[in-house]
Amino acid sequence: MLKDITLGQYFPGNSLIHRLDPRTKILCIILYITVIFCVKNFWGYGVLAAFTAICIISSKIPFGYVIKGVKPILIFVIFTALFNLFLTNGRVLWSWGFLKITYEGVRLAAFMVLRLFFLVLGTSLLTLTTSPIALTDGIEKLLSPFKKIGVPAHELAMMMTIALRFVPTLLEETEKIIKAQTARGADFESGNIINRAKAMIPILIPLFVSAFRRADDLAVAMECRCYRGGENRTRLKELKMTTADIWGWLFVTVLAVLVFTSNILL
Amino acid sequence: MKNTDTVIEIKDLEFSYEDSDANKTDAVLKGINLCVKKGEFLAVLGHNGSGKSTLAKHLNAILVPKNGTVLVDGIDTADENSLYDIRQKVGMVFQNPDNQLVATIVEEDVAFAPENLGVEPSEIRKRVDYALDAVNMTEYKEHSSGMLSGGQKQRIAVAGVLAMKPEVVVMDESTAMLDPVGRREIMDTVKKLNRQEKMTVVMITHFMEEAAQADRVVVMDKGEIVMEGTPKEIFCQVEALKKIGLDVPQTTELLYSLKKSGFKLATDLLTVEECAKEIETVFSKIGGALCD
Repeated sequence: MLKDITLGQYFPGNSLIHRLDPRTKILCIILYITVIFCVKNFWGYGVLAAFTAICIISSKIPFGYVIKGVKPILIFVIFTALFNLFLTNGRVLWSWGFLKITYEGVRLAAFMVLRLFFLVLGTSLLTLTTSPIALTDGIEKLLSPFKKIGVPAHELAMMMTIALRFVPTLLEETEKIIKAQTARGADFESGNIINRAKAMIPILIPLFVSAFRRADDLAVAMECRCYRGGENRTRLKELKMTTADIWGWLFVTVLAVLVFTSNILL
Repeated sequence: MKNTDTVIEIKDLEFSYEDSDANKTDAVLKGINLCVKKGEFLAVLGHNGSGKSTLAKHLNAILVPKNGTVLVDGIDTADENSLYDIRQKVGMVFQNPDNQLVATIVEEDVAFAPENLGVEPSEIRKRVDYALDAVNMTEYKEHSSGMLSGGQKQRIAVAGVLAMKPEVVVMDESTAMLDPVGRREIMDTVKKLNRQEKMTVVMITHFMEEAAQADRVVVMDKGEIVMEGTPKEIFCQVEALKKIGLDVPQTTELLYSLKKSGFKLATDLLTVEECAKEIETVFSKIGGALCD
């Protein structure tokens, strides 16, 4: 069940979206997120949905696979929706005791759900179509102008690469530990929240110990392969912008313009 | 004078891990003398705690000798200025396949070492293609390493080392965590590298069947080299091996027990075919007696 998490996982492919320069994709995503939070009406969301759908289709990744990325944050989405639904003041549509639903509440809740939904879709599309190395290369390149003021661009990028590389490994390990502890009679399902949190300790401690051991092994393995930081490092795949990137930029700009005009006009 | 046939030369190597109690009597390596010749397939055999992995870590300057010297291609491993030259010359593959891959995508992981060495992108491409071809993993080059089997991951790790263009590949118990299929994959890969690419291989192992396939075997016990010779020379000393807690290959074991119970046959045969043939000839000689 833990393996179902698609967030942060790369889906290999050779589509147009896959081939875009990671810098383009990262900057486009930043613009996309800005747009998400600026949308003020449902027309804007319509445009956003169309845009996202076009992106997913052209990435050639199964639609269901991308949607799966939303699953882990579903509870969070539901809570946000409920809070907005019941706790917003305005024109009352329905009330029962202390509970009341307002027109503004419904609108806000729908907006929140849509925002979170598009946020996760957009970002998981980024990580699904960009290999972690390309992604971190992109971040490193984008941050490199800030090296002069002390931003450790290479180190940050390397940390991210390794973190992403170990996500599936540690998830697999967690499942193994859960099974091992269950076999020894550990109970993770019953009791109140505090008891359940306590039951997590026998999972977390072995996981941490093993993570440290893995980190140690990996450090030695990296040293053996002559790793010495970002100085004089070359790349297998040098980043370069192509005409596809220009089209990508245009596409996102069109989205931004459409959404902002809909905000003003409608 | 530098001996051109020798890649690694170890002289009177002593080593002990720093302990807070400063218990100096616990030396892990006690005066190792060993030469690794160019192009040979050397197996270092020993049970847990014999110091074989500690020895391996001295071959590319992860550990530096307390006493004695380790020379790699004539360079002293204690010389910090040539650290990366040594590590480029001696590639190391470790035990756990999950803990030595840095990147998620196969070819990007193989490219990690040449990237660190500052090799030109076009040359990296060539080296990655060569290394993946050498371990027979070209078709997986764009796969995510998480989906591969243990044996495949370990072959990627070997490719990652080959991309540095090393002179020696050290396998530090690289088959210990694999299933029999994965183990065979790695052994086949290593043997192919040794035979076809003339790669010098040092294999640290506790599997007798693996050591039996090497050109030369060194047996370690309690931080010392106790035996050295061809696999046949080593494995016919069944009693001596058992005394230090090691087994012999199953073929040798069988021949040895047969000899003990009175049959006259050679015990220095290592492959199943040789062994079967020997038993067949011996039994056909006395076959008449058995049939009665």
